[in-house]
Amino acid sequence: MTGLPTTHVVRGGRQNRLATKEPLWLKALFIGTTITFLTLFLVLPLASVFAEALKNGVGAYLKSFNNHAAYEAIKLTLITAAISLPLNVVFGLAASWAIAKFDFVGKSFLLTLIDLPFAVSPVISGLIFVLLFGAQGWLGWWLAEPYLSLPWYSFSEGAWEWTRIWQGSPIRIIFAVPGIVLATVFVTFPFVARELIPLMQEQGTDEEQAALSLGANGWQTFWRVTLPNVKWALLYGVVLSNARAMGEFGAVSVVSGHIRGKTNTIPLHVEILYNEYNYVAAFASASLLALLALATLAAKSALEWKLQREATLEPKTVEA
Amino acid sequence: MLMKLKRRSVLPGFRLTLGYTLVYLSLIVLIPLSSLFLRTATMGWSEFWKIVLDPRVVASYKLTFGTSLLAAMVNAIFGFIVAWTLVRYHFPGKKLIDALVDLPFALPTAVSGIALTAIYAKNGWIGSWLEMVGIKAVYSPLGILIALTFIGLPFVVRTLQPALEELDAETEEAAASLGATRLQTFLRVILPAVMPALLTGFSLSFARALGEYGSVVFISGNMPMKTEITSLLIVSKLEQFNYAGATAIAVVMLLASFTIMLFVNGLQWYASRHQVRGA
Repeated sequence: MTGLPTTHVVRGGRQNRLATKEPLWLKALFIGTTITFLTLFLVLPLASVFAEALKNGVGAYLKSFNNHAAYEAIKLTLITAAISLPLNVVFGLAASWAIAKFDFVGKSFLLTLIDLPFAVSPVISGLIFVLLFGAQGWLGWWLAEPYLSLPWYSFSEGAWEWTRIWQGSPIRIIFAVPGIVLATVFVTFPFVARELIPLMQEQGTDEEQAALSLGANGWQTFWRVTLPNVKWALLYGVVLSNARAMGEFGAVSVVSGHIRGKTNTIPLHVEILYNEYNYVAAFASASLLALLALATLAAKSALEWKLQREATLEPKTVEA
Repeated sequence: MLMKLKRRSVLPGFRLTLGYTLVYLSLIVLIPLSSLFLRTATMGWSEFWKIVLDPRVVASYKLTFGTSLLAAMVNAIFGFIVAWTLVRYHFPGKKLIDALVDLPFALPTAVSGIALTAIYAKNGWIGSWLEMVGIKAVYSPLGILIALTFIGLPFVVRTLQPALEELDAETEEAAASLGATRLQTFLRVILPAVMPALLTGFSLSFARALGEYGSVVFISGNMPMKTEITSLLIVSKLEQFNYAGATAIAVVMLLASFTIMLFVNGLQWYASRHQVRGA
């Protein structure tokens, strides 16, 4: 259906070919511009991460990871992703089942609401959780209650905040791990649902109805019919969601409080090292994230190929 | 419609899944987001205006909107060339380049920020060349423009690609057979057909640039009144525990990005209607 191949059908004719194609010099110019632009803007930044990280040799590179702060940053990043991804998957499956398999009033409004986190900038995504759970926030006051009688409450708001962190309160949300997880869940919220909904809408409900009429119950239908049908799209959503969860900077930076070895994810660790002019270590940590980005791109391309192949195979099986 | 209503009773789990969706959506998105607006509502108009019209804040709007708009324009032009090349031409390494276009989506913004700063710094790979001709890229609005162009590029390319692929070869052939030159065909047949997609990509790139933080803070230098973007201002107000200030500025930025998203939705609605009418 993609118009292009049909161009070859056009009856030869020099004039015709000239009129539907660009002159060779223009084609060369376009390809040249594309390669130059993408090299300047994409390849060089990526290459520079590894070049800067390895500037003082492999030894210095590896040494950057051999400390408590780096270890804790990697651990926290993995924990954050491990909590937020399953939440996204469960929500994505529930939302796409409700939206794609049923018809109800207000569906398009619900779709808009699901996409909402994409329209909110990273910094604001963090800010809303600070407003909700911070010391001056609505829930923050309630959560902070046990500390109200402490003498340093009379200090300025700022001093009080930091003293409380010193106390290591077990119910901290902001400037602690729960806040980082919440902010990450917020920014990655639409990814899985967004991949699943259009595909499940396209697939319709015929197969599920067939399964039900053959005596399968709801769960069996879901596990054996629906889930296998959308597994690659689900994985695609998870890959994108994971890249964002591990790499989110703005939102996490606002809620983390930048406590070294405690509330630093890898991107925040990179920032601290960079601001301390410890460039090799900063770029070494950044190279981990760059490798993750490359892995994400590879997985994305492979999954896109897989999804496209399934989409083109589908009609044939229907015809047969 | 009636068929779908009938189908609804066959499949189970509607209440469970919709209920879960609504509760989870409220807890994670709606309640936290509403805190921003409720917080502003308790503020009072005079206080709100005083914060959002402060000269330093206004300077940051000008810088943020100006550089974002410029970056979106650069992306519209180069993004079009990239998308056109990837859709229409065949050359070695095309697949790799196509996959690489998504790099700004996949690369964490902090990494993009320090990498771009390293390249465009005085002693960097490109910065040293720019320095020779007297251009200062890092710690200037030009640096912000570079970072915003980087993060916005995939939006234009990825919205244009499907639109260009869907173009009917026959209409171009028809234009050519009626005597149009290639340029005329491009300006009168191709460009109008992909205009909604180009505008959508432009707007998405613009919206993303407005709220960008990670990639900009490293390269901009963050000098008040000069290279301080609005997102950074929100963060610095928060760091001083000035919640009211951060909230007020955030509301202004959020309304700006909602307006752009509304415009994009309108564009897509127009484009889909247009296509139906054309077919």
